[in-house]
Amino acid sequence: MPVIEARNLELTFQTNDGPVHALKDVNLSIEKGDFVSFIGPSGCGKTTFLRCMAALEHPTGGEITVNGVSPEEARQARAYGYVFQAAGLYPWRTIAGNIKLPLEIMGFSKAEQEKRVKDVLQLVDLEGFGGKYPWQLSGGMQQRASIARALGFDADILLMDEPFGALDEIVRDHLNEQLLALWARTEKTIGFVTHSIPEAVYLSTRIVVMSPRPGRITDVIESPLPKERPLEIRDTPEFIEIAHRVREGLRAGHLDE
Amino acid sequence: MMRTFWAVLVVVAAIVLFWYAAAVPMNIKTALTQAEREGAVISPEGAAARRDMSAIALALANPGQWGDTLVQDKPRLPTPDQVAVELWQTSGAMVLKGRAFSKRSLLFHGWVTLSATLLGFGIGTVLGVVLAVGIVHSRVMDMSVMPWAIVSQTIPIIALAPMIIVVLYSVGVQGIIPKAIISAYLSFFPVVVGMVKGLRSPDSMQLDLLRTYNASTSQGFWKLRLPSSLPYLFASLKVAIAASLVGAIVGELPTGAVSGLGARLLAGSYYGQTIQIWSALFAAAILAALLVGILGMIERLLLRRMGVLA
Amino acid sequence: MTELVLALVIWAAGWGLNAWLARSAASETRVVKFLVPFIFGATLVLVWEMVVRGLNVPMVILPAPSVIAMRFASSLPILWVDFVQTFLKGALGGYVIGCAAAFLVAILVDRFDFLRRGLLPVGNFVAALPIVGTAPILVMWFGFDWQSKAAVVVVMVFFPMLVNTVAGLREASAMQRDLMQTYGASYGQAFFKLRLPAAMPFIFNGLKISTTLALIGAIVAEFFGSPTLGMGFRISTSVGQLALDMVWAEIVVAALAGSAFYGVVALVEKAVTFWHPSQRA
Repeated sequence: MPVIEARNLELTFQTNDGPVHALKDVNLSIEKGDFVSFIGPSGCGKTTFLRCMAALEHPTGGEITVNGVSPEEARQARAYGYVFQAAGLYPWRTIAGNIKLPLEIMGFSKAEQEKRVKDVLQLVDLEGFGGKYPWQLSGGMQQRASIARALGFDADILLMDEPFGALDEIVRDHLNEQLLALWARTEKTIGFVTHSIPEAVYLSTRIVVMSPRPGRITDVIESPLPKERPLEIRDTPEFIEIAHRVREGLRAGHLDE
Repeated sequence: MMRTFWAVLVVVAAIVLFWYAAAVPMNIKTALTQAEREGAVISPEGAAARRDMSAIALALANPGQWGDTLVQDKPRLPTPDQVAVELWQTSGAMVLKGRAFSKRSLLFHGWVTLSATLLGFGIGTVLGVVLAVGIVHSRVMDMSVMPWAIVSQTIPIIALAPMIIVVLYSVGVQGIIPKAIISAYLSFFPVVVGMVKGLRSPDSMQLDLLRTYNASTSQGFWKLRLPSSLPYLFASLKVAIAASLVGAIVGELPTGAVSGLGARLLAGSYYGQTIQIWSALFAAAILAALLVGILGMIERLLLRRMGVLA
Repeated sequence: MTELVLALVIWAAGWGLNAWLARSAASETRVVKFLVPFIFGATLVLVWEMVVRGLNVPMVILPAPSVIAMRFASSLPILWVDFVQTFLKGALGGYVIGCAAAFLVAILVDRFDFLRRGLLPVGNFVAALPIVGTAPILVMWFGFDWQSKAAVVVVMVFFPMLVNTVAGLREASAMQRDLMQTYGASYGQAFFKLRLPAAMPFIFNGLKISTTLALIGAIVAEFFGSPTLGMGFRISTSVGQLALDMVWAEIVVAALAGSAFYGVVALVEKAVTFWHPSQRA
């Protein structure tokens, strides 16, 4: 059974300038353990699609299931962690306090909270920073803390909306590497929105290319790259070949306007 | 926009309804005493029996007298229509009769207060802006004066008002000047603090840019600091004009002034003329709203002309 | 004449000292930052003293600072009862009631979008009005004693506090609220863990504005009638008796009370909103 499945998904916003088709006729199924990237120009609906999976948006047509149930039910079952573009840590809580936030809401015991905080801090390489406040940390560290916050309650699915979009390239490379290692260790299913072709190719098992007006999927590219991916893989012909296909897909989406 | 309009309308209507509803128990005791004297049957009978009863219980026991509570001469709480009628009779109706500035006209009293407010506001604003410019350009002034200007915001300097009036009266200055002085110093400090903040609002990048042009201090002031200070200036001007109005009104209290909105409030409270108090209060409110509204319009016009506001 | 010359000399010396301090290498240190305004204030007081003495300004126009200080020291019992009546009972009582009521109403307003749309413009409008004017009405309703003063203070602080709290409760970003939704957080959880802490800088802004308003309301309301004690009462009767030294002594009390009240609230704010950029600077 696919972890996430969308059939003829449709989402139309009513605005003063008439209806906007944010998503139209979107079909996709994501299997357990997949790392799926969504790429496309702004307005192509990639973020909207991700928000539909998280029940933050409500589709106006079609069907979408997460773990076989509706996104709303999946949300209530705390089936996924969500990471936004900005870290969005609470400035009045320490890093540890921020990671505890969802755990408190979900009613974990105090001892369990402490244990999990320790575990995820290690997972994102932030041991020793639990007592710091977010504003005492660099942007990259803040974003790692926000990933730790999403990992704390151990959901099977991780939805990430341009999580590294606001960071510089050197930090971003480093975090990409760490994310892959984390994915390999935890075997989570990851949905990842990005506008960077190299990032999408480097991270994903599948790359979903989307296009705007109406927001739709124009291509789904399976990556033949191995699971083990050092940064240098980006210089190999295979990598460049996939990147080329993604770029072609993006261009094709633009041409039929 | 429309939804906000309707929501405001509903809230205002609810307030007016609540006001009428409150007028019944507020005024019921007088109404009952009056009705009993005129021979109506009241439960319970006799003012003594009613003295310790709650107003709401009395109101519920005598629904027949509700009408009387809304039309009294000196009610504890006048109804909205009584206040509106009083407002009209002392303003619009007097204009129609050609006596817009008679002693009974709220327009006359409003003008007395308004002129002191505006004079004081003008003086306070000019002095405030001048001091702010000095503070921004002189480090000694900044360090010496600014802390006091900030502290002055936290203390009730309006308490000086009665003394200023009386002292100036004793040296022969009276009329508009003492009130304007109070208004002036009440508006002065907010303007200083807001204007200093505004003149310092350009960030270091914008200042550095001007430095690369080798711009002089005065060029920097006229082309960068002053325009970017305007939003801050207007925010404090709105606070300042409201404070000026309060200053002028309070300035009319101590010497038993005979004209001005403050004098109307005080006279009303001496003679129990509640309707007069409420109408003076509403006149002051309308005046304040107008003044703040006009400042808002000037702000929008000015900012648009300068291209700060799209 | 000598006093006037002395006044000039003191002024020049004080200003010169400050100018030197402000230009000195130590001008950024905390001590100097405190010292300069202190010297400025002390200079003003000394000049005031010398000018009053030199020109023989009559007491009924402007008493010298030394006279005010003597009056202050000799009238401590009176000043204390006035302080209790006006500040502790009237201003503080009304402040607590008014701010608490506004806070509760703000939560209600925030919960219902319709109320927020309707009440907020009305609240903004009322916050700009000369509300002290309600004093004669409230004195009529609640009697001469401190209850009517507290009532004036309640009305004065209610709307600024309401407007600030409602604005604060909307401060949490859409992203942070979405995050709460992905956790399946209840209204109460989202309120206490996210929106209330995020609102704190705004709530304290309202609380700080209200400290000054509370004192103004309590003092001015006494001009419309009070029992024979209270700061506003003492000011208006002493003005009538031309006992200006007493008026100034009360003003000193008002100034001390006002800045101390504000200072205490600001200190609590610093402790609660230590994380906010404005406090970290």
